[in-house]
Amino acid sequence: MKKTVTNKDVRNFLANNIVPIIFVVICLICIPIAGYSGQYLVGQIITRIMRNSFLVLSLLIPIMAGMGLNFGMTLGAMAGQIGIIFITAWNVVGIPGLLLAAIIATPIAVLLGWFCGKMLNMARGREMITSYMISFFMNGVYQLVVLYGMGPVIPIHSDQVILPRGYGVRNTIDLINVRQSVDSYWQITIGGVNIPILTIILIALLCVVIVWFRKTKLGQDMRAVGQDLEVAKEAGIKVDRTRILAIIISTVFAAYGMILYLSNMGTLNTYNSHSQIGMFSIAALLVGGASVSKASIKNVFLGIILFHLMFILTPQAGRELMGQAQIGEYFRVFVSYGVITLALVLYEIRTRREKAESAKQLADMQKEGARA
Amino acid sequence: MKNVSKDYNGNPVLKDVNFTLKAGEVLGLVGENGAGKSTLMNILFGMDVIHETGGYGGKVLIDGKEVKFASPLDALKAGIGMVHQEFSLLPGFTAAENIVLNREPENKSVLSLVFGKRANTIDRKALQKKAIEAITKLGVSLDPNMLVSEMPVGHKQFTEISREISKSSIRLLVLDEPTAVLSEKEAEMLLKAIRNLSAQGISVIFITHRLQEIIDVCNKVLVMRDGKIISELDAKKTSISEMARLMVGREVGGPQVRTEEIRPLSDKIVLSIKNLWVDMPGETVRNVNLDVHQGEFLGIGGLAGQGKIGIPNGIMGLYPAGGKVELNGKAIALNNPRACLDSSLAFVSEDRRGVGLLLDESLEWNVAFTAMQIQNKFLKQYLGGLIKWRDQAAIEEVTNKYIKQLQIKCTSSKQKAKELSGGNQQKICLAKSFALQPKLLFVSEPTRGIDIGAKALVLQALKEYNRKNGVTIVMISSELEELRQCCDRIAIVTDGAVSGILPATTPSEDFGMLMVGKTGKEAM
Repeated sequence: MKKTVTNKDVRNFLANNIVPIIFVVICLICIPIAGYSGQYLVGQIITRIMRNSFLVLSLLIPIMAGMGLNFGMTLGAMAGQIGIIFITAWNVVGIPGLLLAAIIATPIAVLLGWFCGKMLNMARGREMITSYMISFFMNGVYQLVVLYGMGPVIPIHSDQVILPRGYGVRNTIDLINVRQSVDSYWQITIGGVNIPILTIILIALLCVVIVWFRKTKLGQDMRAVGQDLEVAKEAGIKVDRTRILAIIISTVFAAYGMILYLSNMGTLNTYNSHSQIGMFSIAALLVGGASVSKASIKNVFLGIILFHLMFILTPQAGRELMGQAQIGEYFRVFVSYGVITLALVLYEIRTRREKAESAKQLADMQKEGARA
Repeated sequence: MKNVSKDYNGNPVLKDVNFTLKAGEVLGLVGENGAGKSTLMNILFGMDVIHETGGYGGKVLIDGKEVKFASPLDALKAGIGMVHQEFSLLPGFTAAENIVLNREPENKSVLSLVFGKRANTIDRKALQKKAIEAITKLGVSLDPNMLVSEMPVGHKQFTEISREISKSSIRLLVLDEPTAVLSEKEAEMLLKAIRNLSAQGISVIFITHRLQEIIDVCNKVLVMRDGKIISELDAKKTSISEMARLMVGREVGGPQVRTEEIRPLSDKIVLSIKNLWVDMPGETVRNVNLDVHQGEFLGIGGLAGQGKIGIPNGIMGLYPAGGKVELNGKAIALNNPRACLDSSLAFVSEDRRGVGLLLDESLEWNVAFTAMQIQNKFLKQYLGGLIKWRDQAAIEEVTNKYIKQLQIKCTSSKQKAKELSGGNQQKICLAKSFALQPKLLFVSEPTRGIDIGAKALVLQALKEYNRKNGVTIVMISSELEELRQCCDRIAIVTDGAVSGILPATTPSEDFGMLMVGKTGKEAM
């Protein structure tokens, strides 16, 4: 059969990729207005990819298991932050410091992920809203621990971390000890753009792990569970356990991702970083063309590039157009929420349309059959 | 199986069922809906329903040893596989992946020592091989790399059967109406596959409503009726008409005897249905042509899954449908429930708890709700219709009228619908559609799940409504006797199309013939 591009194909392509297309258009408009140099933009984008891809990749596994977007990745981010707080207080520097942070964060992330997975099994079919609410709830617990627990209960006595009153963690912590330590460990410069080789290796490794994971028995089980719980259960797959594992893996990856992210940023915003990062990671993934039920590594990188390109461009474009960078700031926040909403709605519409189409096809086929 | 019996809440549904099955034998199982076929298979398969309702009597013997399966998994271990009417396949997986689901061959890897067995990668090549083995054993052509979502129905069915026979210990395969969804050609292939299996020593229990298939493929036939095995026939020596007679035959002199004469049909056609198709899962309508005459009481019968229930659901717009439907010569827009209600059609759904009733609301609300929505009845209008208030007094009056008329047992018209018994809920559904004062009323399975006394009352009410008010009624029912009692004409739906329309006084054997797929002419 020869493939011809028809109007319908074009329309389908547009309908299926509407979110990335909107972003490409926004970015194309903003690039000349903002007036940044190409070198600057490329450098910025590479930094953002290094910073965010680990976090965004952590979202893939729950989607595979049919649990939608894991808003609960915030829990992983919290675990990562706790690890970072400890190593800063203990003054462990460089890559060993980051490793130690990861070691501290892992059991916390596993525990939080297990808790979240348990909850999501009870709220089957409403995973996304439930994980979103769990992240709010755990945010309260996190604040309690960090604001009141650290100091009197958990022995941390570093002036760099603890507020002058003697307990509670400072609002912002300077991560001078671990700043860029992974990125600058092995870095080359091409055409004025710094390229951190070690970070790239780490991210590539995670991509390989995810590809490998899809081929394992567990990965296959997750795909089965994601498609139809009942059928998977009938075949003897332990559905609940599989789903909990998906969330645990995602939470642990999110914790590692957060540690990398913070080391790249160089400052920890103790009470905000984690909740912001969840929203931005999900928005980036959706901008890359992923949906609630389908996401690939390609979506991750395309999404980060487009979403963060917009992040870089809009404040400058806002300043050039309105004389105020604030407009761009404002713009990027509402856009990220808007994108999530749009993606969720589009997903519903698309599923319904596909259902109607296949129903019609089936009926047509049967009509033909009856006539024959 | 020996002396198997089973009752649900004191209602015996299986009585003293005995049969034996040799290795490689194909056993046909036929009977009307509710004859006990499914219950029998559920017992054999150790389904949860059986345990939850108090187990069963009698014994199941395999190789001379008694077995009691606590769950379907036990039955699987003993080598019994079952293919249900509904597919249980994963749409995004290929045929091969579905066939070996959760029994995938694995590559050992070092990582599994750390992370446990589930970290083994899947051996794609071995998986493919295993799937092809099963497909060859079945003897059908099926592409193992095809996604299930892109398959025609027949291939889905083959995938499902391949999955069962790829289990190493399989010895007995139960097929529950496997050909119901297949085209003729696909069905032929399936029958061939069954013969292949039997030649390899795998026994098959084959449940179907298409009697010709039984003759084609089975060694032995069991005819069931009312929870009993009526007769065990040699498939080679029996005939379709013999089986059909045994299936529907009732004891003469039963309680349900029609006393009334058939009324002459009016010439005027109220509703004309042409080439209707409806995509209702499990009740697909393929191509229905039907004329309903003014003032008549038309019955639509047929076996479950043949599409009779799909007809009203499609016309009323509850499921995607197409074709041409005309009411009094005017075409009705399909897929639009509001348009149907506006044109004075009403529908009493078979799903009374889901579609029919607002369970948490009072009886008054239930009776008046649709009429209020559609026809602005029971509303007081103020300011030229800008503000509409409910007319509580009128609602109460009409509800009480129907409570009396239909003898609904309730404490008051304010009682909640969910507190009533099934029969009384059904009467509320009827009252609701009566309140619409329709010209044509569809009633779907009005007596399903209600006791005999209530049944008689519901039927009586419908009959009176038809006779006294002259409202045309189309009643869909699985119970032929019920249709024969109150209808003028009965149409039988088979395979999504009308296979024949006969006067209600025709003997039930003729209807039985229509149900199993013989056309009207052959039956006469």
